[in-house]
Amino acid sequence: MYQTIVFLPLAGAIIAGFFGRAIGARASAILTTTFVLISAVLSWVAFYQVGIGEQETRVELARWITSGEMQVSWALRIDTLTVVMFVVVNFISGLVHLYSIGYMAHDPYRPRFFAYLSLFTFAMLMLVSADNFLQMFFGWEGVGLMSYLLIGFWYHKPEANAAAIKAFVVNRVGDFGFALGIFAIFYIFGAIEFDTVFAAAPDQVGKTFTFLNWEFDVLTTICLLLFMGAMGKSAQFLLHTWLPDAMEGPTPVSALIHAATMVTAGVFMVARLSPLFEYSPTALGVVTFVGATTAFFAATVGLVQNDIKRVVAYSTCSQLGYMFVALGVGAYGVAIFHLFTHAFFKALLFLGSGSVIHALNDEQDMRRMGGIYKKLPLTWIVMLAGTLALTGFPLTAGYFSKDAIIEAAFAAHSGVSMYAFIMTAAAALLTAFYSWRLIFMTFHGQTRLSPDDLGHAHESPMVMLIPLFLLALGALVAGFVFKGVFIGEAQEAFWRGALFTLASNNIVADIHHVPSWVVAAPVVMMVSGFLVAWLFYLYIPKAPGNLADAFRPLYLFLLNKWYFDELYDWLFVRPAHRIGRILWKTGDGAIIDGLGPDGIAARVIDITARAVRLQSGYVYHYAFAMLIGVALLATYFMFAAGGIL
Amino acid sequence: MTVGWPILSAIIFLPVLGALFILAIRGEDEIAIRNARYVALWTTVITFLLSLVIWVEFDPTTHHFQFEEKRDWLGGSISYHLGVDGISMLFVILTTFLMPICVLASWKSVNSRVKEFMIAFLVLETLMIGVFCALDLVVFYLFFEGGLIPMFLIIGIWGGERRVYASFKFFLYTLLGSVLMLLAIMAMYWEAGTTDISLLLDYNFPASMQTWLWLAFFASFAVKLPMWPVHTWLPDAHVEAPTAGSVVLAAVLLKMGGYGFLRFSIPMFPLASEQFTPLIFVLSIIAIIYTSLVALAQEDMKKLIAYSSIAHMGFVTMGIFTLTTQGLEGGIFQMLSHGIVSAALFLCVGVIYDRMHTRQIDAYGGLVNRMPLYAFCFMVFTLANVGLPGTSGFIGEILTLIGAFRVNTWVAFFATTGVILSAAYALRLYRRVIFGVLEKPELKAILDLEAREVAIMAPLVILTILFGIYPAPLLDVIAVSADHLIQNYEAALAAAGQAHLALAQ
Repeated sequence: MYQTIVFLPLAGAIIAGFFGRAIGARASAILTTTFVLISAVLSWVAFYQVGIGEQETRVELARWITSGEMQVSWALRIDTLTVVMFVVVNFISGLVHLYSIGYMAHDPYRPRFFAYLSLFTFAMLMLVSADNFLQMFFGWEGVGLMSYLLIGFWYHKPEANAAAIKAFVVNRVGDFGFALGIFAIFYIFGAIEFDTVFAAAPDQVGKTFTFLNWEFDVLTTICLLLFMGAMGKSAQFLLHTWLPDAMEGPTPVSALIHAATMVTAGVFMVARLSPLFEYSPTALGVVTFVGATTAFFAATVGLVQNDIKRVVAYSTCSQLGYMFVALGVGAYGVAIFHLFTHAFFKALLFLGSGSVIHALNDEQDMRRMGGIYKKLPLTWIVMLAGTLALTGFPLTAGYFSKDAIIEAAFAAHSGVSMYAFIMTAAAALLTAFYSWRLIFMTFHGQTRLSPDDLGHAHESPMVMLIPLFLLALGALVAGFVFKGVFIGEAQEAFWRGALFTLASNNIVADIHHVPSWVVAAPVVMMVSGFLVAWLFYLYIPKAPGNLADAFRPLYLFLLNKWYFDELYDWLFVRPAHRIGRILWKTGDGAIIDGLGPDGIAARVIDITARAVRLQSGYVYHYAFAMLIGVALLATYFMFAAGGIL
Repeated sequence: MTVGWPILSAIIFLPVLGALFILAIRGEDEIAIRNARYVALWTTVITFLLSLVIWVEFDPTTHHFQFEEKRDWLGGSISYHLGVDGISMLFVILTTFLMPICVLASWKSVNSRVKEFMIAFLVLETLMIGVFCALDLVVFYLFFEGGLIPMFLIIGIWGGERRVYASFKFFLYTLLGSVLMLLAIMAMYWEAGTTDISLLLDYNFPASMQTWLWLAFFASFAVKLPMWPVHTWLPDAHVEAPTAGSVVLAAVLLKMGGYGFLRFSIPMFPLASEQFTPLIFVLSIIAIIYTSLVALAQEDMKKLIAYSSIAHMGFVTMGIFTLTTQGLEGGIFQMLSHGIVSAALFLCVGVIYDRMHTRQIDAYGGLVNRMPLYAFCFMVFTLANVGLPGTSGFIGEILTLIGAFRVNTWVAFFATTGVILSAAYALRLYRRVIFGVLEKPELKAILDLEAREVAIMAPLVILTILFGIYPAPLLDVIAVSADHLIQNYEAALAAAGQAHLALAQ
């Protein structure tokens, strides 16, 4: 069954990719969608069997790399964490496939699109079911590739191509750390299977090794290197710049890859490697710090963006920061729980935005929307559900998972976790503000559409709405239903060995003992955010403009995303190209060639000008020289053999 | 493992036989040219099929030379001695595998002096296979240097505008290396009294002599590979060479340098190898970073790929000289993989060069609109070039890096930056050629791959992915011989260390 779950999407991708033109766009779409939906159903079965029925297993598929002590297999590791991710990936992917049938209906390259989506799903499944670091890296790079291809799906758009390359290269910066982490793992443990490494991890506590001429703590170094990969994939602070640009891809892609699944791979990775991270408080501190910073930073940028998808993108970035905070304070289950619920409501928000964009002829700028809730009533309702869940309205999904993170940060009682508590609580306020700002600017107030466009605005077809309804249902009830097993009383029986915690780590229990003002804080933040947004965008619509004028530098700073793109361009991109040119022209051209062959050539030409001119043939020179050489050699050997020399 | 007849000689000289056939074809008309092409194609195909027998019959459990042939030659001190082991066997297969593809790639693009071209190619094949099979220094030298002559002719006659400059540069570099190597060979004979490689492998050269011999061989192999800073002939040679010439150059000729390190430098001069390892590491890292950055600035497709080849060869030298199982096997694997991938990339350039007669990146753009099949093949090879897991490029890169990390973390650290840079230049190339709007009027009628080109690309695509997912067929062949190499190396170092101790006491 597990093979079926993983490989069915691959089969769909292959058929749609290679025979898409033969079987037609519609057949490709239906076939891939069906395959992924079957996988999704099986994933729920697996969820029940493994999570509740306690049937962990390992499925060996084939040999991969054998080189000395390094023995790597293709194998599926099936435990609770894997099946949770199976459900998230296949369920969201199935719905996104379905939605795309409607959304991409007019695109001439549908077979390619669906092949990519299915291939992405396969790569993501390989990633979450990996049994060793290298296979994880395979899935990791595989999803990166599909992200690259899907961002650049509309290859005639220069911005899309640029964004695609940016996504790949920035991710590679993270992978630089990931790869070094894997090398270090093999160096220290002599193996790269999770089981072997995890079993040997306790022995390495407190040990050091020489890395770059420096004595470093083994586990901390490894964890931080690996975490660098997670930062790239999950768009964390400093390596986040690719995610907003990735919105150039089709909206279903944003929902699947850049909200629900791929970007959570970093979170998954840290959770999967909890047996390593748990032994390194320093690494966990860094994770907390980076997560908290990202949660706050991305939320501030989200406040002022005008592109509807970019607002949601920054929101994703920010929510990923929350998940890392949970991981950092040792509440792995809480992080995965938020990953799980976030997948529902964030995919919903993206697909809902897509529904709006679809209705308004590909308009994405919220300044040219407004007042369309009557035109798109169903979309409006599901977007409201998503927003409530995201802002953590009581009893919705976000209320259980996000508030648990804020409480966990408080309960952890360390310096960095206090910082995380303040940042995440503040970010909750910002989240509520930008989320409601999005709703108000898009659906409410005076319409800023031309009457003509407004007339054409239409509700999406059923094939797009059904996925939205299902996701809305998930956004509203997933927290309530699954709270018990993920972070409640049943959590230990549910996760068992999949998430490792030290005996001293009681964070999940401590969450229930935080002061009541901490419990109330997120709700207060949420309500305040809503009120401010209401005040700014519905009650006094002039306020935002006045405020932006009054604090112009700050506004520009936020609007330009803290100027990270400009900084990196100035710091890395331009110098790389410039150095490349200098090395080429000066290094290769002037120095090496100038002093070497060209310089010698000039001398040779001087000499040969005086000597006999043979026909342009250096070849003959060479052949001749070699012939003489061989003749000499042969003579030498014959004499030597004859004992004359 | 042996077969009852001299199979290696048969494989080596079959192409020459084909060349003789072509020589016998009279006339310059259409039919004669067609016959020449078909003779070349069939010869190379049969040679390839025959070479597969070695792979099938090869015994991967031993490090000894297999399929050995030995005949006295030149008064008995030199012998015509052939044989393959796990290190060399796959290079023979790589060569024979690529030759039919080269012939097919030249099917339409070479129109002048077709007979001569095919003859040059077949002779080149003989000499290249000979290099990997030779078990006598002199025989090796003959094949090694002889191979340059047809290559010169191919660049010099069928090359581009600056072909004379390019072949001259090539000449200057290689001459230096080969003279030194010749001297070293004579010195080795002087010392050991034999030129038989299998005997020399067991001979202990005095430490002081090893240094000089190592350097002499290094001069030759470093140029051939090429290593920084003696690499500048390669981009020029590639740019001027016809497509098939570039393919052979990148896929096979460069590998002779790496093979030379494995066959001579390390096993025969272990002490010197250990002494010079830091030098190799430094040059490898410079090659990886330097040439990747240079590749980023290129405007000519072939130059870009040529520079990326140099960077990939940096991984090879780095891996080999870690003298760890992973590094060494990874280095060999990287050479084989690069043989497939770089060949394929040059073929990809050839496909559009045949249509548009320019290699400038700016002349293209939006090809995916008219050439989806081509775009797919190019994508696979680009990704393999980037070292994406699931392609053969990944296995070699990751193994060499793992090996490097075990020996020196700085080396691994710097070499891993190549992972970022390769993505930058390869994807930039792909984007500018393939993606975008097809707006240049001269590209509007460009045609996708034809059947012949699909026949060229398909096996390369399949192997690139197959060996990425299941590299065992290659790694299993390499394993025992590579281990043996490392054991001998370590034993030699240990023995020298003990001798040193004894002397001190």
